[in-house]
Amino acid sequence: MQVQGYMYPNEYELAWSILIVVYPYITGLVAGAFILASLERVFHVEAVKPTYRLALLTALAFLLVAPLPLQLHLGHPERSFEMYLTPHRTSAMAMFGFVYLWYLMAVLVLEIWLDYRRDIVLLSQRTRGWRRAIYRALTLGSSNISAGALAVDERAGYIVTVVGIPSALLLHGYVGFIFGSVKANPWWSSPLMPVVFIFSAMVSGIAAVLLIYMFTTWVRKRALDMRCLDTIARYLLYTFLIDFSLEMLDLVHRIYEANESFRSLDFMVHTRLYLSQIVIQIYIGTLLPLALLGLVQVIKLGATARKRIYACAGSLALVGIFAMRWNVVIGGQLFSKSFLGYTTYKLAFATREGLLPAILLMLLPLPILWGLTKLLPPWPEREAEPAGENRAATLSL
Amino acid sequence: MNRWRNGEHLLRVALVYGLGVVAFVLLRMALVPRSFGEFGHYRGNAIAETARQRPVFAGHQACNLCHSDVAALKRTGIHAGVHCEACHGPQAAHASDPGSVRPARLATARLCVRCHAANPARPAAFPQIDPRRHNPGLPCETCHPPHNPLQFLSQHS
Amino acid sequence: MNLTRRQCLLLLLPAAAAGWEALQAGAPERAPNYDKTQHWWGMLLDISKCIGCGNCVRACAAENQVPPGYFRTWVERYRVRDEDMPYPQVDSPDGGMHGFPPIPADGMKEFFVPKMCNHCADSPCTQVCPVGATFITPDGVVLVDKEYCLGCRYCIQACPYGCRFFNPVTHTAEKCTLCYHRITKGLTTACCEACPTGARQLVDLKNPNDPIHAFLRTHNVAVLKPYLATGAKVFYNDLDGSVR
Repeated sequence: MQVQGYMYPNEYELAWSILIVVYPYITGLVAGAFILASLERVFHVEAVKPTYRLALLTALAFLLVAPLPLQLHLGHPERSFEMYLTPHRTSAMAMFGFVYLWYLMAVLVLEIWLDYRRDIVLLSQRTRGWRRAIYRALTLGSSNISAGALAVDERAGYIVTVVGIPSALLLHGYVGFIFGSVKANPWWSSPLMPVVFIFSAMVSGIAAVLLIYMFTTWVRKRALDMRCLDTIARYLLYTFLIDFSLEMLDLVHRIYEANESFRSLDFMVHTRLYLSQIVIQIYIGTLLPLALLGLVQVIKLGATARKRIYACAGSLALVGIFAMRWNVVIGGQLFSKSFLGYTTYKLAFATREGLLPAILLMLLPLPILWGLTKLLPPWPEREAEPAGENRAATLSL
Repeated sequence: MNRWRNGEHLLRVALVYGLGVVAFVLLRMALVPRSFGEFGHYRGNAIAETARQRPVFAGHQACNLCHSDVAALKRTGIHAGVHCEACHGPQAAHASDPGSVRPARLATARLCVRCHAANPARPAAFPQIDPRRHNPGLPCETCHPPHNPLQFLSQHS
Repeated sequence: MNLTRRQCLLLLLPAAAAGWEALQAGAPERAPNYDKTQHWWGMLLDISKCIGCGNCVRACAAENQVPPGYFRTWVERYRVRDEDMPYPQVDSPDGGMHGFPPIPADGMKEFFVPKMCNHCADSPCTQVCPVGATFITPDGVVLVDKEYCLGCRYCIQACPYGCRFFNPVTHTAEKCTLCYHRITKGLTTACCEACPTGARQLVDLKNPNDPIHAFLRTHNVAVLKPYLATGAKVFYNDLDGSVR
C-alpha cells in the first residue's frame, strides 16, 4: 500500500508534512476571526458586539502561533530571518514575513491597542506591582483618555479596521496563492485557490469565535446573548455556502475538463483521499453543518436547541476546514507528477514534524488567549450585573 | 491645540514603530551577505563554492596522459567511444597518486553483462547476449579483449 | 633497460599529478580559461542510445555523494502498450542504479529514459525560492546555495520533473549541479564521462562549434513537459510521446 504505480524516485517522501497543514489552518482562523470583529466596526452589525474584543484577541493569539509550524518545519530554522533580509521578488512565499509583520503590527496590535487604550490607562492606575509596570509600559507614557482623545482613537481604530479587512484577506488569500501558483501541481494550480482559502478561513474563524464565545460565557457563568449568537451563526451559514459553492465549482470544473491529470487525481480521491475528502470534509464537515445551520433558519427552535445546534455545527465546521487543509496540502503530494502513481503519507507521532507537535501547536493559542483575556479583559465592566444580560437574551427570543 | 494634545499618543506609537523600522533597516544592512546580488538575486560566492568541489572521476583526458597505449588500442575498436571510467569506475584518486592508489581488477563476467545482457528495452542494434547461454561462467576477456572486443572474433572468423 | 611507455610516464608522474591537481583546484574565476558569460550549458539525452546500464546513476552518486535513496539523475524504463499510449507502465528500481532485470516484452514498446534536472532557463524552482538560495548561474546552471537554503522545500514542490530532494544530512534542498565543479574546469559531467554509449552529451549552446547545433537542426528533439514553458535545456532525441 506504500507506493503504487510509478513515482519519480525523489517523490516517495512528502516534502510538506502535517505542520504545513496546521499553518494555513491557523492563519485561516486569524483572518476569519478578524473579519468577524470588523463586521461590528465597519459594517455596523451591532448584534455581534459582545464578541468584538474576544474575536480580536482570538485573532492575535492564533497569529502569534501561526509562524511556529513553519519555523519547526524548516530544515534550517535559524536561517528564517533571510526572508526579511533578501526576499525574492518572484517567490510567492517570500512576502510571507512582511505580510505577517504588517498584519500583526499595523493591524491587529494597533487596533487592539487603540480599542483598549482607555482600559489600559485605567488599569495602570488601578493595579499594583508588575501588572502596573506592564500597563504603564502599554500606555506608552500617555494617560490622556479625555473624550477628545477617545474620539481620536475611535476614528483611528476605524481606519485601521478598514485597512485591516483587505489585509486579513491578503494574509490568507496569499497562503492560497502559495499553493494555487504551483504550475507543476495540478491539484493545487488553480486561480480559485486564494478565494477558496479566504472563504474557508472566514468559515473556520467565525466558527472558532462562536465556540470560544459560548465556552467563555459558560465558564464565566454568564448568559449567552442569543441575538449575537444567532447573527454569528447566520454569517457562518452564508460564508459556508459561498465556500462550499466555490469548492464545488472547482471540483465540477476539474471533472468536466478531465485533462491529463484527471485520471490520476480522480483515482486518488476515490482511494487514498476518500475518507478525508469525501467523508470528513464534504459529508461530515460541510453538508452536515450546513444542514444544521439551515435548519435553524427554517424551523423555529428554542434557545437551548439552537445553542446545541450552533455548538455542533461550529465544531463540525472546524473539523471540515481542517480536513480541507489536509486534503490540499497532503493530497497534493500523494500523487506523482508523472500522473502514474501514488505514495502514502506516514504520519509519525513524537518527531519534529509528527502528530504531537502539530497537536501542541494547535492547542497553544488557547493558553495564549487565556493570558490575553487576563491582561486585557474583553468583557464589558458593566456585565457585572447578569440581570441585564438575561433580559437581553429573553428579549431576543 | 486641543486636537494636537488628543492625538499625541498616536505620535508615540508612530515613534515606536519608526524605531522598529530603523532597527530593521540597520540589521538588514549588517546581515545581508557581502556577495549577495553580485550576479543576481543570490549569494555570488555560492557559485565559486559549488565549483570548489573535488572531482571523483578523473576524466578520460587525464587517463590518456599516461595510458596512451590503451587509448590507441581502444581507438581502433568498437569501444572507442567508451571512456575509461565507464568500466574502471572513478579514478581521480588514482590520477592524483598513481603510485599508491591502484585501480581494482575488474570481474568482467559481472561487469560486461551490465551493458550486454539481452533486454527487450535496449535498442535492438546494440550488441546483446544471453548470459545463461553465451559461455556461462567464462570471463568475457577469455575471447574478447575488453579494449577492442571484436578483434579476437575477427581473427577467428 | 627495457622501459615500456607507461613505465616511462610513471617516472614523469609527479609532473602529471601536479597538472591534475592544478586542474582540480579552485573556483571558475581562478580557472583562467573559464568565463561564465561565454557558456550556456545544457544536455542532450539520446533515447535511441540509452541501454539502461545505470552507469550514469552510479557515477553521479559517487561524484556528488548523493545520499542513498535520492537521485540527482535516474533512469526510467517505459513499457507502452499500443492501445493505451497515454498510460505507460514505468519502473525505475533504485533509480535504475543497478540496471533493469529484463521483463518479457509482451508486445509492448520498451525503452529507457534517463532523467535529470533540466536546468530550465525559466525554472519554476528558482522562481519560488523565497530567499534566493537557488538560482541560475550566468552560464545557465541551476544551483542550490546550501549555506543559504532555509529548507522550506517550496522548490521541491515547484519542480515539475521531480528532480529535487531534501538532503536528510544537510537539511537543504539538493539537485543536479550539472557537475558545475567539472564543467568549469573543462571536464564533462560524471554521468557523461561514465555513459558507455554516448547517450548523454554535455552541450554548450553558446559555443558555435558545439555539434549540438547541427544535431538540433537535423533531429527530432523535444524537451519534457514543454507545455509548462520551463525553458528546459535538457534535450531528448527520439522522445516518445508517452514520456512524462
